Amino acid sequence: MNYSEFLNMVPEFVLVLALIIVFFADFFASRNAERKASLGYLTMLMLIGTAVTSAMTEPTQAFGGIYVTTAAINVMKAILAFGSLVVVVMATSWVEKNLKLAGEFYMLILSTLLGMFMMMSSGSFLLFFLGLEMASVPLACMVAFDRHRKESAEGAAKYILVATFSSGVMLFGISFIYAATGTLYFDDVCAAVSNSPLCIMGLVFFFSGLGFKISLVPFHFWTADTYQGAPTPVTGYLSVISKGAAAITLCTILMKAFAPMVEYWDYMLYIVIVLSITVANLFAIRQNELKRFMAFSSISQAGYIMLAVVGNGQLGVAALTYYVLVYIVANMAVFTVINVVEQNNGGRTDMAAYNGFYQTNPKLSFLMTLALFSLAGIPPFAGMFSKFFVFMAGVQNGEPMAYGVVFIALVNTVVSLYYYLLIVKAMYITKTDAPLPTFQSDANTKVALAICTAGIALFGVASCVYEWIAAAGI
Amino acid sequence: MFSYTIFIMLLPLLSFIVLGLAGMKMQHKVAGLIGTCSLGMVTILSYITAFQYFFGLDRVNGVYQTFVPYNFTWLPLGNLHFDLGILLDPISVMMLIVISTVSLMVHIYSFGYMHGEKGFQRYYAFLSLFTMSMLGLVLATNIFQMYMFWELVGVSSYLLIGFYYPLKPAIAASKKAFIVTRFADMFFLVGILTFGYFVDSFSFNFAGDIVMGQGTTPFIEGNLAKAVAAGGFIIPTALVLMFIGGAGKSAMFPLHIWLPDAMEGPTPVSALIHAATMVVAGVFQIARMFPLWIEYAPQAMSIVVWVGVITAFYAAAVACAQSDIKRVLAFSTISQIAFMMVALGVSLPGHHGAILDNHAQLGYMASMFHLFTHAMFKACLFLGAGCIIHAVHSNEMALMGGLRKYMPITHITFLISCLAIAGIPFFSGFSSKDEIITACMEYSPVVGWIMTGIAAMTAFYMFRLYYGIFWGTENKEAHAHHTPHEAPLTMTIPLIVLTVITVGVGVYTTIAGFAEWGGSFGSFVSAAGTDYTIHFNMQIAATSTVIAILSICLATYIYKGEQQPIADRLYATFPKLHRAAYKRFYQDEIWQYVTHRIIFRLVSTPIAWFDRHVVDGTFNFLAWGANEAGESIRSWQSGDVRQYAVWFITGSVALTLILLCI
Repeated sequence: MNYSEFLNMVPEFVLVLALIIVFFADFFASRNAERKASLGYLTMLMLIGTAVTSAMTEPTQAFGGIYVTTAAINVMKAILAFGSLVVVVMATSWVEKNLKLAGEFYMLILSTLLGMFMMMSSGSFLLFFLGLEMASVPLACMVAFDRHRKESAEGAAKYILVATFSSGVMLFGISFIYAATGTLYFDDVCAAVSNSPLCIMGLVFFFSGLGFKISLVPFHFWTADTYQGAPTPVTGYLSVISKGAAAITLCTILMKAFAPMVEYWDYMLYIVIVLSITVANLFAIRQNELKRFMAFSSISQAGYIMLAVVGNGQLGVAALTYYVLVYIVANMAVFTVINVVEQNNGGRTDMAAYNGFYQTNPKLSFLMTLALFSLAGIPPFAGMFSKFFVFMAGVQNGEPMAYGVVFIALVNTVVSLYYYLLIVKAMYITKTDAPLPTFQSDANTKVALAICTAGIALFGVASCVYEWIAAAGI
Repeated sequence: MFSYTIFIMLLPLLSFIVLGLAGMKMQHKVAGLIGTCSLGMVTILSYITAFQYFFGLDRVNGVYQTFVPYNFTWLPLGNLHFDLGILLDPISVMMLIVISTVSLMVHIYSFGYMHGEKGFQRYYAFLSLFTMSMLGLVLATNIFQMYMFWELVGVSSYLLIGFYYPLKPAIAASKKAFIVTRFADMFFLVGILTFGYFVDSFSFNFAGDIVMGQGTTPFIEGNLAKAVAAGGFIIPTALVLMFIGGAGKSAMFPLHIWLPDAMEGPTPVSALIHAATMVVAGVFQIARMFPLWIEYAPQAMSIVVWVGVITAFYAAAVACAQSDIKRVLAFSTISQIAFMMVALGVSLPGHHGAILDNHAQLGYMASMFHLFTHAMFKACLFLGAGCIIHAVHSNEMALMGGLRKYMPITHITFLISCLAIAGIPFFSGFSSKDEIITACMEYSPVVGWIMTGIAAMTAFYMFRLYYGIFWGTENKEAHAHHTPHEAPLTMTIPLIVLTVITVGVGVYTTIAGFAEWGGSFGSFVSAAGTDYTIHFNMQIAATSTVIAILSICLATYIYKGEQQPIADRLYATFPKLHRAAYKRFYQDEIWQYVTHRIIFRLVSTPIAWFDRHVVDGTFNFLAWGANEAGESIRSWQSGDVRQYAVWFITGSVALTLILLCI
């Protein structure tokens, strides 16, 4: 075995190094509160390093094609490392309450990220599955991180149960593919795959497994319970990072391994996208619990993300990556606000807690409004541009069905506008005798909000961001 | 080479952001200083740019080269792309000088004028925003960028007119200005899109060769052949649509109605935006598109001419009857901008081969020249009016009179500016206006004589204003409690500076014109970019000078005395005409009638009904349906993991079955 091939896996290598460093730092910082508190900054530094090295890495492969990266994957890795950075920044105020376990939390984040990186740059179903599991198991720990809260444990239990189940189904699907083609390498699968019922069953079952990770309808049921139960920073992490990684993986595998079956999976995506967007919107309309509400919002956003994959086109990867980037900043802004409100409010996350929020905390409610506008796709915020590119990618092949799906998605943006504005209404218009008291958020929260708001405001109008992604996607 | 020009845009933007975000926490003085200092640096940079551009470079074949130090593709859309950049050519550099000079003067002046006003910091923030947008407009490299900044100057004009927002008239005026100019801009946008669709480019790159007549490819970028093939009327249509937008901004009849009302804003704002810079944007736009006009739409130029002539006459007539001094100046501005429009319009092609003849050169040059001189003396007049208003606390001429004793500096500078606008030799207005009239005479004697007549009216109403303010009966009653006094230094220095420019430019260009020196205005700015020597046509110069002096004498005779028997007799003889002129010939009422009675009642009311009942009803029904559906599927999400697994596997199987069936 040629060990020098490990050098081709730079981002993963950096992450492993980061894990080791954080582990030892945590080990030597034992019981010293001040040192523990600085672990967060160390992790941030590591994530910045990961993001930079990912962005600078050239496309390579290693170990006979089991590990493959493209320029688009590297960009996505950089974006996900950036997203994790935002999560860590916003999580510090919450982690400080569990200082004893701070090291574990940061290590879990780094190890899930490592799993996702593996999954994204896999060239074979084998490495893909390993990466997926490597990302899933630590995530369950993170969901259960608030050990003393019943909901947290319940969310984690549901997550791990459904994850196991979906892994089983997916392995089942992969075994069908193996039976039909005799290989696990994507390139070879592509050459051997046919439209036989065996392959179709393999495709659907494989898709179900990733559909669970992306939380597409009908594989989404765990989402609401887990999002609600998990600590808020973890919910944020689940909703953007985990989803983004799974989405790009699904995109590459469909385009690489299942390219000959494009008609089939296009059709499958049409159904799933329409279901995801519509059903999630219908659920979201009636939610009073903000984290549950954000769960349904994220399901419907997942539908929009998948729209980029439709049509197997050039634009797809770039549109998807851009969408994930914009979604990261907007969603993390919302979760940061939810997090600080929760911290200052005895853990309330229901929508009624936000009534009259504007009277007492005008700046926070303003930033939250901007983020919600971006999620709803109101110009001139970045969300409008990302939706536009996704729609454009969806119809680039000129399929009549695709136009229909995009039309339904468009109608649903109006519905989503309604429920996002419900929160705005609660904050600005609904009068209440006892609004939340005014509070001062800590420095890290401010930094996280500043990063997110800058992203919301600038990623759309600064065309260079999209061009950077598009250049990598083609 | 010109890489520093980016700071001309960035500095005002920066001071806008700083003042906008943190201004309210600053002291008035600090905020004002930040704005003024950044503008001071912009002015210095503009002067350096101009100096380097006009004197530091060699002309190629006698032509000033166009420089594009920055051009950044902002949004690519297939063949079309929206760019943001900086373009330097003679007219944009000339505009840099005008904008930065007047803006700096206004910044300094406002220290005194706005002293102690609530919202002082906000005022300076908006001034910075305006200056940034106006500079962006003139430096635009493409028509789309121009449009963006065009709208931004509209916004800042709206904000500044409505500066005194607790007062009702200010709000009404700002809304009126915004709506009227937006209405016109709609045509501008349609024109831009038409142009972009057929020509495949928004760029100003067409400039170069058509006018200068050296190249063979008219469009460096874009596809003119396609546009011409699509129908010869495409480019003229696009240009005329753009002209409507320009007419709105430049207050051409009948879209002028917003400008007199815009005088509700602070007076320095009127000087900057509504006299010197923003309102000439329409003229600048035509000058920018000039190569296309003369090459592809020479017939359409007569629209520009006649709109200009009508506006010039109308505004001059109205100005003769106004009693509010700022209104007089506003109508005078409208009339003078119309002069510039006419001058551009009369620059008919008539070029031999590809080289423009004198004729086209003259009108274009005269228009730009008048833009330059007018900006200086009209800003001076407005700032002078500001001093007067500051002293007597009113805009009405009836409360003034005899002020020359109290305000010597204001008096002298105002008088000089009046002489300049009247067209007396050795003052700047003479040189430029005379060129305009010469160009008109060459175009058609009818237009030439009409414009001469309007020039005479200009001299008359300006001196009516002058005598009304500084001579005549002093209103002792109004001055009983409060003796008028000269304005502070911060306000008089800008007056003096602008007057010095007016006199200096006037003396130099007058002598240069008679002596036929090179190095006058025409050497720097001309349609072909070549050195154009101005020489006066003696006959026309003499005629217009004599007429201007006669008009001034007439005004002196009627309005100078303590009693004004002739003026009173004129009112008595033509009461209806005076009333109509005072009411601006009922233009506002006509617009009111058209919008309220016809458009609102016949078009908007039925549409509103349809919207309220049919459209809203449909959406309410959909919302109700979505709500009900949301309620009814709630039970799916039971919290039972076993059930989730069932759904999961059912979904997968169902998907498989569907895919197997297709």
